[in-house]
Amino acid sequence: MTPLLDIRDLRIEGRSDEAWHPIINGVDLTLGRGEVLGLIGESGAGKSTLGLAAMGYVRDGVRISGGSVMFDGIDLMNASAEEKRSLLGRRIAYVAQSAAASFNPAHKLIDQHVEAPVRHGVQHRGESVEDAIELYAKLRLPDPHEIGFRYPHQVSGGQLQRAMTAMAMSCRPDLIIFDEPTTALDVTTQIEVLAAIRDIVDQFGTSAIYITHDLAVVAQMADRIKVLLKGDEVETAPTREMLEHPREDYTRSLWAVRGFHRPEKPAPGPDSVPILSVEGVTAAYGEQVVLEDVSFDIHPGRTVAVVGESGSGKSTTARVITGLLPPRGGAVRFEGEPLPASYRQRSKDQLRQIQMIYQMADTALNPRQSIAQIIGRPVRFYSGLRGRRLRARVDELLEQIELDPAIYRDRLPGELSGGQKQRVGIARALAAEPRLIICDEVTSALDQLVAEGILKLLARLQDELGLSYMFITHDLATVKAIADEVVVMKEGRVIEQGPKTEMFTPPHHPYTDLLLSSVPEMDPDWLDNLLAERGVEDLGEAATGKM
Amino acid sequence: MSIWLWIVTALAVIAALARAGLWAARRLSGDAPRFRDMSYGEALGYALALAAIIGGVWLWMKPGAVYFRWAVMGFAICAVAAYLFRLAGRHIGPAGLKRQFRRMPLTAAFGILVIILYAIVAIFAGWIAPHGQEAVLGAANIVPGGDPAMGGDPAFPLGTDRIGRDILSRLIYGAQNTVGLAFATTLLAFFLGGALGLLAAVVGGWLDQLLSRGVDVLMAIPSLIFALLLLTIASVWADGARGLMTLYMVLIIAVIDSTRVFRLARAVGIGIVVMDYVEAAKLRGEGMGHLVFREILPNAMAPLLAEFGLRFCFVFLTIASLSFLGVGIQPPLADWGTMVRDLAQFINFAAFAPMVALAPLLPALAIAVLTVGVNFVVDWMLHRSSGLKS
Repeated sequence: MTPLLDIRDLRIEGRSDEAWHPIINGVDLTLGRGEVLGLIGESGAGKSTLGLAAMGYVRDGVRISGGSVMFDGIDLMNASAEEKRSLLGRRIAYVAQSAAASFNPAHKLIDQHVEAPVRHGVQHRGESVEDAIELYAKLRLPDPHEIGFRYPHQVSGGQLQRAMTAMAMSCRPDLIIFDEPTTALDVTTQIEVLAAIRDIVDQFGTSAIYITHDLAVVAQMADRIKVLLKGDEVETAPTREMLEHPREDYTRSLWAVRGFHRPEKPAPGPDSVPILSVEGVTAAYGEQVVLEDVSFDIHPGRTVAVVGESGSGKSTTARVITGLLPPRGGAVRFEGEPLPASYRQRSKDQLRQIQMIYQMADTALNPRQSIAQIIGRPVRFYSGLRGRRLRARVDELLEQIELDPAIYRDRLPGELSGGQKQRVGIARALAAEPRLIICDEVTSALDQLVAEGILKLLARLQDELGLSYMFITHDLATVKAIADEVVVMKEGRVIEQGPKTEMFTPPHHPYTDLLLSSVPEMDPDWLDNLLAERGVEDLGEAATGKM
Repeated sequence: MSIWLWIVTALAVIAALARAGLWAARRLSGDAPRFRDMSYGEALGYALALAAIIGGVWLWMKPGAVYFRWAVMGFAICAVAAYLFRLAGRHIGPAGLKRQFRRMPLTAAFGILVIILYAIVAIFAGWIAPHGQEAVLGAANIVPGGDPAMGGDPAFPLGTDRIGRDILSRLIYGAQNTVGLAFATTLLAFFLGGALGLLAAVVGGWLDQLLSRGVDVLMAIPSLIFALLLLTIASVWADGARGLMTLYMVLIIAVIDSTRVFRLARAVGIGIVVMDYVEAAKLRGEGMGHLVFREILPNAMAPLLAEFGLRFCFVFLTIASLSFLGVGIQPPLADWGTMVRDLAQFINFAAFAPMVALAPLLPALAIAVLTVGVNFVVDWMLHRSSGLKS
């Protein structure tokens, strides 16, 4: 039997600086009917480009320079525009990373859903609407009869992602390309989307290419895994085989990322004065109360991880501590002394003691300033160093974050990679010589290998400089790696807090339990076991029952 | 046959031609992807373009179409000049400049060339102009072209106006007066609007409300009428002093135009203020000066520069319009707006003596070419700054 999709020696080039640079260098890919192939690799590996090429499509400024793409005996490289139009949406569908950015905000979900089937003449509008409602039910969206008649902004991110999967399914395509469909979601939402996607793919026997950088996710979804590195294939193997016996060093290094683990430091003595105490803080944006009675301490030299889903008040807590959002009640103390509520009233020294590292290094660094200016400014501002001594201090800081001063001193942020930018963000915080650094999701926008490097750097700096960290994250793997204490937040309240070992051993608060169990593991049976454990009936059966 | 029927028939013929041409191209090329995937709409576009070219050639051949031939020749000369200028830029000068020129579209090269030429003419007007701007010389109403048989005079290649001043010299001095004043006015408007706009963005709260509502009030009044009104009042204060009158005009136009700059600067500033790097600077304890000039202004520069180009054109046109209406730059100073007004009646001779009608068109052309040139450069800069973001 011929494979559904057969890509041979595909070469793709992208244009930049008036020359063509290879993005994909001769990759082969075959996909059988009903098979799910996982594509993994770091950002820049060419995963998305390859995924789009499987539809015979390339982005602007990119061209296919060689090879062939055969879809069910049709040569997509030489197909006419009309032929492609009859395939795309009908037999090949695409689910993008950010459903929020991919839905047209001006139209209701259902109108966008029925577009493909009506246009391809598969169904009439009425039939298609009924079918959409059925699909929404199968994907376990709440109110399947109502949800389609809402606009994209009226639906949550996880629901939108499922609605997009339903839309891709509308013509019952033979092949769906999922481009990181859960990367932007919280762990608890991710589970629902993963389970929904897998069940619906199983049920209709659809083939799929699943693109992601998260190994644990791909382990749940794919039958086979293909690892890409800088446009080259590293290896391809069935999921279990690859997880158990990765052949290549690069694959092994990907697997080992989650191995970073920092031993928990001994608990602080009873007479240790916390460097920062948050005492019964209540805060609100206008009338909307976002924090209620939040209290926790950070002791010198320790890392406190604040965990929770988006909207749980983690970042708001950071804003209260830094003084950007004066609290409505409660107090923040630094080494026992109460801090003024607003940053405007704090002294230069109080400001210096607490520094922040941001999630998006892109927006955290001024794009028009050189690295030396970005790092040099706080040094000069707080210590008054100038000229040669300022330069020496900047070089020293760059060395601390493991960037060569000679190369990077005069670059602009736009000329650095994501991980390097994040390192510069760390250096800017260090330049103030603070006691406490607030890390707001510092690794969540980075690839796993790069994120691990950042975590190791932060751990080393803590040992060398005796820093305390408040580590805001939704990623429990990060918490396991670096935290000494954990504070779990939900809907603006602290649900549970304590030392890490205590938090990761049962019994947990039910919400902590939900969070913990939602972190994907590398075991390919993990999702099945988890769903069985949570008592969710097999979705496929439930859905067929309804039909 | 009525003109409408004629147009409909022509369109139908073009549509049929497009259909036939597309079919033929597919057959002849053996279904090459280029023609196979070409939609009928695209083919129709090509057919219309072809019809326009044929029409242009036919019009060129017609003996009466003098202005059309001039326009086509002028366009060709501009294009060649811009091409040569870009070619020169690619091979002369420092490496950074060469790289800029390599990526530059022809329109931008034309715009830069125009701006440079105008700047040279404006700065060196005193040396370039053959006569003074106020000098009344010999005969009045000499026809442009310098051909004695047609009523011209080689000594005055662009002719003289109705009191016998050399039009070429006045055009050159006009560049100095009109462009110089427009530039000064725009700078002032930017200083005022940009500073207040960024301040409103950073401080927010009541200051933002106060400034924004004030600007709303100023913007609610049609700008040209408002300027006319204020200038009429100012002319009483100025009491006939020419220099004072010009100063009032600059101030009034700057204030009115600064409202538009304020709006833009505030909108851009608000987008930048929420960036984490500004938050980091605030939390460091930085003062207002550092926030505005070091963190925000460099990032707001691209849209503000683009707006500067556009605003310059508007200010320039406002000055020309006010001068045309008689309250702007006062005679005998040469100014393009005033020149258009003074020479306007010659336009009536266009049908039988094209050269005579050229006189009022020259200052109008000077205004138009600069406006187009500046807009080309602004478009290019906007394109580049948006390209940098992606």
